Amino acid sequence: MKYTPVIGLEVHVELKTKSKMFCSCSADYFGQKPNSHTCPVCLGLPGALPVPNKQAIEWCVMIGLSLNCKIPLFSKFDRKNYFYPDLPKGYQISQYDEPFAVKGSIKLSSGKMIGITRAHMEEDTGKLLHETINGERVSLIDFNRSSVPLVEIVTEPDFTDAKEVKEYLQKLQQIVRYLDVSDADMEKGEMRLEPNISLRPNGSKGLPKYKVEVKNINSFNFVEDAINFEIKRQTEILESGETPLQETRGWNEDRKKTISQRVKEEANDYRYFPDPDIPPIRWKEPDIENLRNKMPELPEEKFIRFIKGYNLSEYNSEQLIRDKATADYFEEAVKIDPAISSKDIANWIINKKINIDKILPATLVKQIVSAQSVSGVTGEELEKVLKTVLESNQKSVDDYKAGKTNAIMFLVGQSMRELKGKEKADKVKAELEKLLK
Amino acid sequence: MKIDVKHTAKLANLPLKEEEVKKFEKQLSEILGYIEELNKVKLENVQATSQVTGLEDVTREDTASPSLPADEVVSQAKKKHNGFFEVPAILDE
Amino acid sequence: MDYLDLTIIKAKELLSQKKISSVELTKYYLERIEKYDKNLNAYITVCTEKALNAAKTADEKIANGESGALLGIPVGLKDIYMTKGIRTTAGSKVLENYTAHYDATAVSKLKNAGAVIIGKANCDAWAHGSSGENSDYGPSKNPWDTTLVPGGSSSGSAVSVSAGFSLAAGGTDTGGSVRLPASFCNIVGLKPTYGRVSRYGIIAMASSLDTIGHFTKTVEDNALYLSVTAGKDEKDGTTPNIKVPDYMANLKKGVKGIKIGIPKEYFSKGLSADIEIPIRKALKKYEELGAEIIEVSLPYTSHAIACYYIIQPAEVSSNLARFDGIRFGNTRETFGPEAKRRIMLGTFTLSAGYYDAYYKKAMQVRTKVIEDYNNAWKKVDVIVAPVSPTLPWKLGEKADDPLAMYLSDVFTVTANIAGIPGLTVPVGFNKGLPVGIQILGPHFSEDKLYQVGYAYEKETEFWKEKPNL
Repeated sequence: MKYTPVIGLEVHVELKTKSKMFCSCSADYFGQKPNSHTCPVCLGLPGALPVPNKQAIEWCVMIGLSLNCKIPLFSKFDRKNYFYPDLPKGYQISQYDEPFAVKGSIKLSSGKMIGITRAHMEEDTGKLLHETINGERVSLIDFNRSSVPLVEIVTEPDFTDAKEVKEYLQKLQQIVRYLDVSDADMEKGEMRLEPNISLRPNGSKGLPKYKVEVKNINSFNFVEDAINFEIKRQTEILESGETPLQETRGWNEDRKKTISQRVKEEANDYRYFPDPDIPPIRWKEPDIENLRNKMPELPEEKFIRFIKGYNLSEYNSEQLIRDKATADYFEEAVKIDPAISSKDIANWIINKKINIDKILPATLVKQIVSAQSVSGVTGEELEKVLKTVLESNQKSVDDYKAGKTNAIMFLVGQSMRELKGKEKADKVKAELEKLLK
Repeated sequence: MKIDVKHTAKLANLPLKEEEVKKFEKQLSEILGYIEELNKVKLENVQATSQVTGLEDVTREDTASPSLPADEVVSQAKKKHNGFFEVPAILDE
Repeated sequence: MDYLDLTIIKAKELLSQKKISSVELTKYYLERIEKYDKNLNAYITVCTEKALNAAKTADEKIANGESGALLGIPVGLKDIYMTKGIRTTAGSKVLENYTAHYDATAVSKLKNAGAVIIGKANCDAWAHGSSGENSDYGPSKNPWDTTLVPGGSSSGSAVSVSAGFSLAAGGTDTGGSVRLPASFCNIVGLKPTYGRVSRYGIIAMASSLDTIGHFTKTVEDNALYLSVTAGKDEKDGTTPNIKVPDYMANLKKGVKGIKIGIPKEYFSKGLSADIEIPIRKALKKYEELGAEIIEVSLPYTSHAIACYYIIQPAEVSSNLARFDGIRFGNTRETFGPEAKRRIMLGTFTLSAGYYDAYYKKAMQVRTKVIEDYNNAWKKVDVIVAPVSPTLPWKLGEKADDPLAMYLSDVFTVTANIAGIPGLTVPVGFNKGLPVGIQILGPHFSEDKLYQVGYAYEKETEFWKEKPNL
């Protein structure tokens, strides 16, 4: 390929505060009756005024901190003016030039750093539904989502392929879930992604003259598909000697392609200015430290601590820290019986896909203990069972003897089943190997 | 200062009649001509004041309270449908 | 006695002595409105039934020995105050049939204090104007001469108090909209400190300049009314948590030793002799009463109109964006010419490439205007200044010249730019028309303004002069 993709990302994360960003309507709007979670403020009625939600602001800063951002000591809200039927005030309260968090980074597993430009606070819009009523195409508006708090996280154009983007998104989702500030459920729209993609000739520096923004992506897999599609599409255009259009495209999942969204006649001109209704926010260093101290251990730290502290493999550590509940479950189980190694506990949780909601850590540990210590069979019994297994699985025995040593795993499995778990698998394997010599 | 009235009206979502466009072209450039006297004022290193109260950090606790009744919310809309506000179709694509 | 001579203080006394009832009083004003308002056009909506019900409730409370700062007192409200269940138009056809979904904080407070809301007063549409002529419901007329403007934008509220349609009326002051009509109508008008009275539920004009003021016949009434509306509101993040003082406490302490500043920039060639003469007389009176008159300078006054006519339309353009005809009200074509003009002006000055040249610069000038005042407060306690450069003008005189209309705000806008309070008090008549002064002071010095205003009012009692309807 002659071109290197230049990819940046804007992600919106909906916070799970009890109330909305600028009013005290419940933010728990999903699946509720239309317009049942609205008030003068979030409906943009005449005379209503916004008062910001403290919790949402603190969570935005925590997200910033967890992305290694700097938290400027002065910050403010601005009005972003534009017209759309789902925007009741005719402006969105957002942050323009002085956001809550700037200049952070996130490290991918390859060691590559992705720069975070900023993380800022804003309010969500209402929701539009497109329908045909009595043969007429109409749009219906529900303002329940209007003014629900959103944090927008913007990266530098540091990604060069879709895999990096996906890993970044997984990490980001994991972080906000660890912070317990959002469920970041893509299907519910609690996490929304907008990659911007362009290509530059290999070896060249500087940003391409155009960029294509892709909207309407509601899963991590689709983001990969959409980026790969765009790379292919743009490569073809560039190879034909043209430059792709600077535009916004939408991902169409059915057709597996991005589709140009109607180019607006006017360039956007949001006429930002400081919102006169909301006094600015000024932090003192200790406030930031307080927030930092309130933050739980983040996935990255936990990953390293599990490897070092529990002597786990990278693979096991990564598996356990995927979600915080599993990680906590593991740590609880480890504390119960010092005789059981943390490695064994990790293996059990991961390999047996333990349902952590159903089996208590203590129960799990009991199971492990009984499996390991109580060798319920005598040597004679064991040999008898194994011989029967070998006799009734002649093909695998032949395979093994013919050099397909993997065949032994099938025999181990069959033996374990006969033994009903009363013996450890590695012992069974060793015994079988003896018998097959 | 000449002002592009049509472009500005579009940004402002304000449908203007042709005679209004003409009238505003004249009136707005007169007014802008007057307010441009601020260009004469020396303002290097002068802080901008966007609010006079000096207040900072005015926030509310994250507690929810009841919303307006849904039927009242849509009661004064020109068009509504099943509790939704209704507008002519907005094409996304 | 003639109810026309009543003040709030006097009416409260008579109500508590059961010499009159709130229902009688309310009926009296409703009848006057019925009789005279066809001509004056002070009200867009008169709430006859609701007012009488409220008056009846007030009478019952009085009978039960309950009290309230404004219990049983009929008041009018500028039609820009959201009043639940009552049509609220902002003087614009955009909201021609809009019934407010909720009460403004100021309205709730007035109701809680027992006030009887008699109607929704006419005003320049969206409070845009200095004359009342921008109302989509026709201009209000000056009770002292119905060929003249009453001043705006709180035109109907001023007329209501001046013409004896109510004992008090709520207004708003973004660039002089309480002080100017008060001075044109021979009544007392307060523009409080920015943030002193909650803006929640008052249809926003320019959010960083809007203040919620009111009109009364006397200074004492005015202080009483403010004690009801002032204070921190959790729903308005720009109301500071500063204690509301007892505005009646220092009212009658006189002006002996008080330093009154006279800004030399206000007494320039722009000021008509019609205005200057009565004001000079008033200053003389203050000297006689023991005040010290000191000249001060507010050098940025000359830039105030330019600064104001950048900040204000910019905020207007954003605040009026919510009126899109989807959730309530009519579509955007329905805006009148002045609203359209301001939306256009503000949209332009905020748009890409112009923000730094206009809005940002205006906010820097704002800093300088504030400094001007802060320097003055080092020398004086209050400033006394003219409100309007001229006497009330003829209806229609400036209708086709928006810039000329804007320039009539020259003496009032600086208080809004700086957020300081201003109290208009009548200082007599010239050519048969009322003239007022504005008393300006530092942030949250309303009690001082009342003290200075009261001293003069007590000596002169111009408020007792009534227009012949």
